Amino acid sequence: MGIIHINKVTYEYIRRDEENNVEGITTAVDGVSLAVEPGEFIAILGHNGSGKSTLAKHINAILYPSEGSVVVDGMDTKDEDALLKIRQTAGMVFQNPDNQIIGQIVEEDVGFGPENMGVPTKEIWERVEESLKAVGMYEYRSYSPNKLSGGQKQRVSIASVIAMHPKCIILDEPTAMLDPMGRREVIRAVRALNDVEKITMILITHYMEEVIYADRVFVMDKGKVAMSGTPKEIFSRVSELRELRLDVPQVTELAYELKRAGVPLPDGILTREELTEALKKIRMMGQ
Amino acid sequence: MMENMKLIADHLVYEYNKGTNQTVRALDDVSFVIHPGEFLGLIGHTGSGKSTLVQHLNALLRPDGGTIYYDGADVFEKSYDRKALRGKVGLVFQYPEHQLFEETVFKEVCFGPNNMGLDIKEVEQRAYAAIARVGLTEECLDQSPFDLSGGQKRRVAIASVLAMQPEILVLDEPTAGLDPKGRDELLSMIMDLRETEGISIVLVSHSMEDVAEYVDRIIVMDKGKILYDDTPKVVFAHAKELEAIGLSAPQVTYILQDLKSAGLDVDTTGITLAEARNTILEALHWKG
Ligand SMILES: Nc1ncnc2c1ncn2[C@@H]1O[C@H](COP(=O)(O)OP(=O)(O)OP(=O)(O)O)[C@@H](O)[C@H]1O
Ligand SMILES: Nc1ncnc2c1ncn2[C@@H]1O[C@H](COP(=O)(O)OP(=O)(O)O)[C@@H](O)[C@H]1O
Ligand SMILES: [Mg+2]
Ligand SMILES: [Mg+2]
Repeated sequence: MGIIHINKVTYEYIRRDEENNVEGITTAVDGVSLAVEPGEFIAILGHNGSGKSTLAKHINAILYPSEGSVVVDGMDTKDEDALLKIRQTAGMVFQNPDNQIIGQIVEEDVGFGPENMGVPTKEIWERVEESLKAVGMYEYRSYSPNKLSGGQKQRVSIASVIAMHPKCIILDEPTAMLDPMGRREVIRAVRALNDVEKITMILITHYMEEVIYADRVFVMDKGKVAMSGTPKEIFSRVSELRELRLDVPQVTELAYELKRAGVPLPDGILTREELTEALKKIRMMGQ
Repeated sequence: MMENMKLIADHLVYEYNKGTNQTVRALDDVSFVIHPGEFLGLIGHTGSGKSTLVQHLNALLRPDGGTIYYDGADVFEKSYDRKALRGKVGLVFQYPEHQLFEETVFKEVCFGPNNMGLDIKEVEQRAYAAIARVGLTEECLDQSPFDLSGGQKRRVAIASVLAMQPEILVLDEPTAGLDPKGRDELLSMIMDLRETEGISIVLVSHSMEDVAEYVDRIIVMDKGKILYDDTPKVVFAHAKELEAIGLSAPQVTYILQDLKSAGLDVDTTGITLAEARNTILEALHWKG
């Protein structure tokens, strides 16, 4: 039983002139079907304008399909009565760390969600504490958000989503505006929540090295799913990825270049450790 | 000597929320030089002062201490034409797409050159050229910038600065949110601009890999101060120090360090993919 079912979804942005006549139609998502199992870590890649954000916004009912349907934990997103429950089940984190935090202090921000859901006060505080601890931000609970780094702000945004006890979190380029340490912190938090809390994660990113720990990767192109598979499978297809305006992690690219120079390395090397091990073996064979 | 210095930042100090108990010293005695045709990288953790610094380069912010010299003239002198300076030092803001406001992409890109008082034909020619340069298609011209994807909006914003034909192009994290091909295209376009037009580039970036690959010199900011101002090789030799301030060395540099520890005789000063590839092939005695 999957947690998210996207069934033949098409979404059209319709442009209208002053008289409300249709001026143009952009098919941003074009007949996409995919199912996500509970506890999976899914990554979505794709060129700018390929429809990632449009698809993501369907999962927590910000957008509704023009055709097809989206079912989240058994609830059809078109069912208006289920809207709050859907948003609670599938929370969303966006790119910009500065316009997601509304509270004056960190713990207040994390408390807003449960408060709006009508959670009793005592339990709100328990949730705030556990959520901030889960992303490693508990020490900063009484800070003003503008005193935090970008990576810390994004972890607070994630904590605010977790406080609503979602089953699934969709992260739309959460690291795009962060420095290297901020990116590491956020990805570490995402992986830990997936491993430990079994929260289903859907990560959209343009940083290839962030998806090597995903269970499955989907690559979008012009509103369609063009490739899907494990990170190893996807990153073994270097030239196809490049045709789709994507790339591979730098480690994979280095291995690919060495292989092209004749070094007998396997395809789809994803980590520094794998490359070091493989090269050590090759050197021993050479001696 | 002076003619070799396009822009001089001289002991800049800048504070936000002056006169309150929340004063933040965002720039703390910052001095450096931009030479003609130079490709300069500016890196630093979030909040280190990069965006504050670049807004001084075209006099959008006035320093509390120190000044900027452009072509030898003090740009904060009373009589200095700071409006003209903003055409010469083209600043592409961080998240520039948030500042788009015109009805169509074409009007958006015409805005800057229009403001410079050029005649309409020149304005439109520049706009077409800039739009082509950033890789947007003709179809986009009549679209509302608000209907574009994040990456497409970014290109519109860059095109609108390029249309002013600046002498120094300053880009504040221009590749954030672009797809990998878009990052490469944008950076090669910038390289190309520098080569064909001889303009200087200042690139603010969080991608250590991009900075290692493209720039001539790196300035590292930490809490409002300059920590290093040197070639990429020298700067990235300080991996430990960079990590301590939220940055890192490029990924390939760590790979080379791993290989060295594993007993492979590689040169660990490599910072680009090509350097890493070559030193590994040599260490393996691989005859390609
Ligand atoms: N609000 C909107 N109105 C009209 N068209 C839109 C709107 N938002 C997006 N589009 C169009 O829909 C298509 C898909 O856009 P979307 O934002 O989903 O892409 P994306 O894959 O998230 O891109 P990016 O990597 O740049 O964030 C694009 O052609 C875009 O121009
Ligand atoms: N408009 C502002 N008002 C008050 N403080 C600001 C403002 N903009 C930046 N700051 C502060 O100035 C410092 C430098 O910020 P910024 O120049 O944006 O850094 P960076 O671009 O390197 O992330 C930070 O402490 C930041 O919080
Ligand atoms: Mg998007
Ligand atoms: Mg900045």
